[in-house]
Amino acid sequence: MDFNYWATGSIALISVATFSLGFRSSRQANTTQDFLVARRTVRSRRNAAAVSGEYLSAASFLGVAGLILKDGTDALWYPIGFTAGYLALMLFVAAPLRRSGAYTLPDFCEFRLRSAGLRRLAAIFVIFIGMLYMVPQLQGAGLTLQHIIPGVPTQLGAALVAVLVTVNVVSGGMRAITLVQAFQYWVKLFAIAAPAFVLCAVFIGDGGARGLGATGLSEPLPPRFAHGATISVETPVVLSVEAPVRLIAEGTVDGMPAAGETYWSPGTHQVAAGTRLTFAAGDPVPVVRGAVGDNADWLSPASDTDDLLTTYSLIFALFLGTMGLPHVLVRFYTNPDGQAARRTTLHVMLLLGLFYLFPTVMGALSRIYLPELLVTGQTDRAMLQLPMAVVDNVAGEILGAVIAAGAFAAFLSTSSGLLVSVAGVLSTDVFKSRVRDFRLATALAGVLPLVAALLLRPADLSLSVGMSFALAASTFCPVLVLGIWWRKITWVGAAAGMLTGGTLVLTALALTTVSGYTGGWAPWFVQQPGLVTVPLAFLAVIVMSKATQRHIPPETKHIRMRMHAPDRLGLIRDRASGLGGGGAARHALGRHRR
Amino acid sequence: MSKHAAGDGQGATPGPSARPRRKRVILADSGAPVTLLRTVDELEEQTSWAEEVVSEFIRTKIRSACLLAGLAVGVLGVLPALFFLVPALSQVTVAGMALPWLLLGILPFPLLFGIGYWYNVLAEEHEKAFVGMVEK
Repeated sequence: MDFNYWATGSIALISVATFSLGFRSSRQANTTQDFLVARRTVRSRRNAAAVSGEYLSAASFLGVAGLILKDGTDALWYPIGFTAGYLALMLFVAAPLRRSGAYTLPDFCEFRLRSAGLRRLAAIFVIFIGMLYMVPQLQGAGLTLQHIIPGVPTQLGAALVAVLVTVNVVSGGMRAITLVQAFQYWVKLFAIAAPAFVLCAVFIGDGGARGLGATGLSEPLPPRFAHGATISVETPVVLSVEAPVRLIAEGTVDGMPAAGETYWSPGTHQVAAGTRLTFAAGDPVPVVRGAVGDNADWLSPASDTDDLLTTYSLIFALFLGTMGLPHVLVRFYTNPDGQAARRTTLHVMLLLGLFYLFPTVMGALSRIYLPELLVTGQTDRAMLQLPMAVVDNVAGEILGAVIAAGAFAAFLSTSSGLLVSVAGVLSTDVFKSRVRDFRLATALAGVLPLVAALLLRPADLSLSVGMSFALAASTFCPVLVLGIWWRKITWVGAAAGMLTGGTLVLTALALTTVSGYTGGWAPWFVQQPGLVTVPLAFLAVIVMSKATQRHIPPETKHIRMRMHAPDRLGLIRDRASGLGGGGAARHALGRHRR
Repeated sequence: MSKHAAGDGQGATPGPSARPRRKRVILADSGAPVTLLRTVDELEEQTSWAEEVVSEFIRTKIRSACLLAGLAVGVLGVLPALFFLVPALSQVTVAGMALPWLLLGILPFPLLFGIGYWYNVLAEEHEKAFVGMVEK
């Protein structure tokens, strides 16, 4: 594919719009007071758009459609889990957390359990989760840039976005992020909804799957190539073949040099990097190991026990992990009070539900139009390549440009949000929290994930995001939920829970990474550890707290009342200093109670 | 941004006990929430009455939250097992869409929103009742 002017233009446009919007609104809020108090006046509807804008990451925008292309029905749990996480957040955390006045997760730990040591431990986990979450964003950016400007290595795109976001945050361009993030939600919604409608219309106009000569989605056959295709394999893959296929292979197959026509019987074949495979129109598509080969299987949910347990584990991690994501919590502080925090969450669920209808459509269309991605396993490219595969003309290029702009909005908003929250924690809890430290922290928080993104093999975007959710669910979820609702929690128990959950998930992450390089032997509870690690973490908190009851902070009753008493009673005290104490809160309360 | 969240904010702002609450003294100000302030003070001073009332309120809240979480987890959590145990269900099509895709791709979102909406109504009712009781 040639250099894509439309897409380059759209990405430039979205970047410029983001920066100028951020710059313009940051000029209006200059003083500390202005900065924080202005943010507390954010109405729940705009705040909800901002939360959604920050939350819809590369994994949601590109990854979900790719996973649906590969795994079918089981991947539908990702959007459900991403949305349901906000229900858990609303039911158990949102309002009390806002009333606690804590600004970051470590801050909450110190507020509730009065332990500086616990605060530091929480800070380490926040930094780790933030960086883990940022890696797939950068890899997604690399992928997108490579798609637009062919020949560019993926590392360049990742580096570019990391530098762009870091510079932006360091120079203070993200100070007025609320408006920017809200704007980016609507960009993303448009960038996925408009192409989805157009492509669906084209698909129906073409006479559906039968008109295209593709395998229908409910037929018990593998997908077929609609046109002849030559595929270059860039990373080594193991392909499983469902129906015998005749193809031309140049390179290395099953450890033997191959040049010319070969015949693959059903079974698995190892294809080395640099191999070119040429298929004719109508050939059945061999799929990368782990993907679903057969369209009828693709359409129906998990049918073996391991898949079922993986699904449950995933649901569990997503449902409970959202509340522990550092960039989500920071946004909740911008609500005026607990009631507004609850309403914001409700709006977020509406906005997310609206958005997540579309990746499903795009994933299903990719199964028909883009079966060749199943050969290389690079299913994250589905969203980017789909428009050109459906309409191969200027219209396709424009739709592709819209999608690329949406994808860039996703990288920019999510990684900016992560960077701000991680750098915030780094600079307050590790450095001495001066402006210079904040900048140093930002640079550090931008560089480390970049190094990781360059070194690690790009796995599926949503899968690595799934791991960060599992980590958040196994470390912060128990501390938050029990901290808010259970009187007897102690800092020892909280630390024990965080360490137990954190260690287990990190071990699983390491094992999964190793297994990815050495043949994918990891069982389900290693690849998707939430179902095991979260209950263990809860258990650790409860047992260790019971054993150390003398460490219950003496102010517990007072703290609990402040978290739970209705906003009208005016007990909120914001912990961010420089705002005055109860007076300011009471004042804010009077103005924004709606 | 975090520079604003430095350290322990409690230290910077004197606690409620350190500084007496400032009250306007006016002969007849019908709008002044005198009773509200008194009961709030009582809550903050942690009298045994206040403690009992707050615990009861927290129990009510967590009960409704758990109930609704149970509803969501119950309805959605049953689906994978249902499809696993009754594979015939995935062959059913409704209006041209396979049943699993309808149940997993579209329906969860209105369901989750509905449960969220319900909780919002419940929580606001609870809070109103609590404030009403405290103000009495």
